[in-house]
Amino acid sequence: MTKKIMEGSHALAEAVRLANPAVIGAFPITPQTHITERLAEMVANGELDSEYLNVESEHSAMATCIGAQATGVRTFTATCSQGLALMWELLYIASGMRLPIVMAVANRALSAPLNIWNDWSDAFGARDSGWLQLYCETAQEAFDTMLQAYRIAEDKRVLLPVMVCIDGFWLSHVYEPVDVLEKQDFVKPYKPPEVQLPGGKVKMVLDPKQPISFGEYATPEYYQEFKEAQHSAMVGAKQVIKDVHDEFAKKYGRKYGNGLVDTYNMKTAKHAIITMGSVAGTIRHFIETEKIKDVGLVRIKSFRPFPFEELDAVLKNVESIGVLEKDVSPGLGGALFSEMKSVFKKPMASFIGGLGGRDITLDHLKNVFDSIRTKSEKTEWIW
Amino acid sequence: MEKKSVTVGGIVANPSKGNKTGAWRSVEPFISDKCIGCGVCTQVCPEGCIVLQEKGGKKKAVVDYDYCKGCMICATQCPVKAIEKKETKK
Repeated sequence: MTKKIMEGSHALAEAVRLANPAVIGAFPITPQTHITERLAEMVANGELDSEYLNVESEHSAMATCIGAQATGVRTFTATCSQGLALMWELLYIASGMRLPIVMAVANRALSAPLNIWNDWSDAFGARDSGWLQLYCETAQEAFDTMLQAYRIAEDKRVLLPVMVCIDGFWLSHVYEPVDVLEKQDFVKPYKPPEVQLPGGKVKMVLDPKQPISFGEYATPEYYQEFKEAQHSAMVGAKQVIKDVHDEFAKKYGRKYGNGLVDTYNMKTAKHAIITMGSVAGTIRHFIETEKIKDVGLVRIKSFRPFPFEELDAVLKNVESIGVLEKDVSPGLGGALFSEMKSVFKKPMASFIGGLGGRDITLDHLKNVFDSIRTKSEKTEWIW
Repeated sequence: MEKKSVTVGGIVANPSKGNKTGAWRSVEPFISDKCIGCGVCTQVCPEGCIVLQEKGGKKKAVVDYDYCKGCMICATQCPVKAIEKKETKK
């Protein structure tokens, strides 16, 4: 292992190189561009043997991955914001066909007004598309999660696409020390999964010698069955995420909670702050420098599948929580807050901030922590 | 209604030949004597239900009407216009 100072985007690209996808569908969009740019460089330099396809839109980037993955190879793409929005209908095709595509999302706000900076609106909009969504706090975690993502997606118990989400600019463009592997055997060369059909097992590969169709027509008598199967696979993916995370931790010595939920300072905590992504780093710093004992951090790493039981377990002894999130569902409020309501039955406060790349500072956190301590149940905007 | 067992991702083997075309087909291709046996139609048929067969030392396209959907792509692609559109008799 070598520690290098590198950009979050480049750390992700390094992990993708190690996973060695056969096809990359690439279309630039800030702040994702550095990921695909670096991959293009690797292909040009002969460091990565991938079919690198410069397509005409994100819609085509996802279509490329779907088509290529269906021929029985590993694929990769990356996007965010308007690009992810343009991919939207294809996200459902990928998950419905159970294709284990892995995509990086450098989370960015959606227009209008035009804004290229970070919040989670893009991936939250694709929340119900049947993709796993794993959020990262650091460039190192982005690297590690990308490798794990291929293992999770391709696991026979899952067979669903995965988004690896990093906060645009806050992680994609920030330089941090990252332990990168020169080579690895954690993600093995791709083997197309086999599925059981009434006539016997077939490989999930489009091959004229053994013709199959993906995502066949489903009438009302059948459609619901497929959606239920996707939901079950998604729920079952929680165990796979934990298993893959544990194996990674044993092999390389780095872990992030249990792979689904990460906690900090929770041993003595009476209250907790719930969040995702890079802002957790600011909160850790605040807790550490202020020597806070009564408030702990619970960082959700896996937004889909949503870790109900795991959150319930870490929050059972706290009196109140606050949910800090960089998204708003107009007319509802914080989307993560509303999901947390199904887990936590005690006082909960909602904090919405950081939209369109706005700073969340230590001063903000002081107020947030004070509010949580008073067992507030309000929705507060962080200005 | 009961929950049925389905395949992962709606995968179906031999999709085109798995189900015969229903009674809904309204038109179908008819291969006339002008056929030169070039095989273009066998390549463009989305259902893969046209094959070349030898008849009296000459190759000729033959349609499997059990599976033909009547899309008529074969007729539009035929280089010698040997494929005619006929109404399916019901």
